[in-house]
Formats: sequence, structure tokens, C-alpha cells
Amino acid sequence: MAQTIAMEAAVDRAALFEFLLGMGDNTLVLGHRLSEWCGHAPALEEDIALANTALDLIGQTQLWLGLAGEVEGNGRNADELAFLRDAREFRNLLLAERPNGDYGRTLMRQFLFDAWHYLALKGLRASSDPRIAAIAEKTSKEVAYHLERSRDLVIRLGDGTAESHARMKKALDELWSYTGEMFVNEAHDAALAAAGLAPEPESLKPEWNTLVAETLCAATLGKPQDGYMHRGGKRGLHTEHLGYVLAEMQFLQRAYPGASW
Amino acid sequence: MATALRPSIEDVWNWLSHVPDPEIPIISVTDLGIIRDVAWDREALVVTVTPTYSGCPATAVINQDIERALKEKGIENVRLERRLSPAWTTDWISAEGREKLGNYGIAAPIDGTTAESTLMERIAGLAGGAPLTVQCPRCNSGRTEKISQFGSTPCKASYRCRDCLEPFDYFKCI
Repeated sequence: MAQTIAMEAAVDRAALFEFLLGMGDNTLVLGHRLSEWCGHAPALEEDIALANTALDLIGQTQLWLGLAGEVEGNGRNADELAFLRDAREFRNLLLAERPNGDYGRTLMRQFLFDAWHYLALKGLRASSDPRIAAIAEKTSKEVAYHLERSRDLVIRLGDGTAESHARMKKALDELWSYTGEMFVNEAHDAALAAAGLAPEPESLKPEWNTLVAETLCAATLGKPQDGYMHRGGKRGLHTEHLGYVLAEMQFLQRAYPGASW
Repeated sequence: MATALRPSIEDVWNWLSHVPDPEIPIISVTDLGIIRDVAWDREALVVTVTPTYSGCPATAVINQDIERALKEKGIENVRLERRLSPAWTTDWISAEGREKLGNYGIAAPIDGTTAESTLMERIAGLAGGAPLTVQCPRCNSGRTEKISQFGSTPCKASYRCRDCLEPFDYFKCI
């Protein structure tokens, strides 16, 4: 405990709070996106799989945003952080808020995210903050399972019929420019890395490249060339899509503050 | 005085072994391996529980059930603590729990086959892609296939037996 307090003093508490919001907002926004498929997926098994993945992500959100509230020290809990912040206060990657599109695009988005998410959590298991290390240890096991599934489906659909191949290729081309943001260091990232709290985002890139290239090659899709990369999510500068997600997700708590059941 | 009236830790473990999992009621919370510690802290009984999956909706119900079961035994002051690390693994499901699962029609997890332990080897092409052989809990055939990596609850995957043609649940490994 004393160790934790000493560490927080060394690193700007606000920087740590931002980082934890980023982890929790990624899982919250993507979890919400996946839950939009509930009752609409092309097969019952896929419907169940997406709902279960969404459930894992929402559970992980409670851990990350719970810790964010604790670090912030203003008495805000995970629910308040999820339901009572506006878009500019969200720190998720733009990739997480991309609309679902067709099933191929949802799976491609999931694979690109899962590959990053798994590597990020693997690094966080060695965090100098035991609370972060414990959450990473717990959630990386679930995310390994997500990655196993999304990787498998990207390969099967990419190397599938002419129709499924074309859709996966289109999805990849549409989403690729949203992958660069995962590896961009923001202002506070160097301080967090220096304190051993979290790996620098750019340090994850080589392993992600290898993993993604291997899968896309097996899927007969090939890895696109890096071009212009969108960014801004980690600073609260989002696309118009996030507002619609929040409107649906937050409506009840905004209209009936404190409602519970 | 109060100390003399305290139930022993062994008794508490025994009581907990009768608290069923709300989603798979044939196994208990101790069979699942989620009770990590039981100890007295002055007047309070502290039960340390680890979650199975981060988002498992049964977690809150499990906590309520534990509290209720202990109150029925006369322990008023119960404190539940959550412990994330070491993270729960299906390897912790007891031998008795595995037998109960099989009898209930759910194939028990196979140790050492978590996604995490096999994923990176498979991606690197080291261990090959040999699929797991999950035995059908009804007819014991090994000719089974995975229908979906997820199933009726967060902890299960869906399989089908190619001999008796019955679909069944497999307790997914993490």
C-alpha cells in the first residue's frame, strides 16, 4: 500500500487517471458497439459469441473505470464515469467507436483491436502498480480468448468465398487508417513508462505488426501499406459516431439521475 | 467469550461447499475454486472471492448467496473481499467438481489448454494447430466438433458430438 502511494506521488495522478480512462473507455465503447449486434447477428452462435465478448469487455470496464475513480480521488465510481461524462472527456481509440458495418467489418475491427489489446495487457502485467498488474493479469486471459476467435474468423472469411474475401478486404482498407493511433505516444505516456506503470504505446508496434501480418497473410488479404493515420481519441477529439453511442448508452442516467433497479 | 463461540474455519469451508453456483447449480462455489481465503478479522469473518470472468453476471448473486448462507449459520458479521490476482483459472476446478460437471452434461475443462497458453505458439506456427479432443459427456465419443467458442453462459463453449449428434457445453479454459 505504501508502495502504491509513493508511486502515485511520483507520477502525476492526472496522467495515471487519463491512462486508466483510456483502458476503460476502449472496453466500454467497443463493448457497447458489440452489444448492438445482440439479436441481429447472422447466426445464433455468432450472436451469443458477440454478446459474450461484449460482456467480458463491460466487466473489464468496471475494473478499469473503478480504479480510475479511485486514483482520481473525487469519489466518482465506474458507473458515474461511464454514464456522466461527455464525448470530449472520453479517451478511447477512434477504432473502438467505428460503426459496426457488416459482419466482416465488425470482425476485422475486433481482430485489429484484440491484437493490440492483448499485447497492451501483456505489457501491463508487469506494471509497477500492483492494482494495474492484477487487472491486466485477469483480463489478458479473456482477451487471449477473444483474439483466438477473431483471428480465426478473419482467416476463414478472408480465405473464404469471393464474396467474404471482398468484404474482408474492404473492411481492412476502411479500418487500417484507424490503427496508427494505438501506437502514438501522448504527452503523459513517457512519464508513465519511466515510472514502470505502463509500456509506451509505440513499443507495442513491432509485435503487433508481426502478429497482424501473419494473420492477414494467412487470410490471403495481405497487410496494407501505412498511409495517413487518424488520431485524436486519446485526447478526447472524437468522430461524430461517439456522440450517438453515448446518447443511447447514457440516456437513462441523464433523464433519470441516480435511477437504479 | 466471542472467540469461544466462533465457528471454526473448517466449518465455514464446509458450509461454503454447499453454496451452489447460480448458473451451474450442481457445482458449489468451492468446487469452482473461487473461494481464495476464509479468515477471522476480529469480529468479522472475511471471505475472499475471485471472479471467474470479469463480466460474469453471477458474481453479485454469488456474493449474496455466500452472505446469506453464512448468516443462516449465525454469522452476522461477514465481509466479502475481491481478489483479482492470482487470476482464476479453470485448472482450479476440483476433481469432484469436474465429475459433477460431466454427469450434468457439461464437458470439464482440459488443463493446460487455455487460449493464453496456446495462442502465441500457434501464431508462431510452433505447436501446430491440432484441435482439442473434447469428449462427449453423454456417449464419451471423442468425435466431437466445436460449434462456437462461446455458449449459454460466459464460462462455456458450444460443442456437438458427431456420434450421438447431441450438442453439449464445454467449460471453456482460461
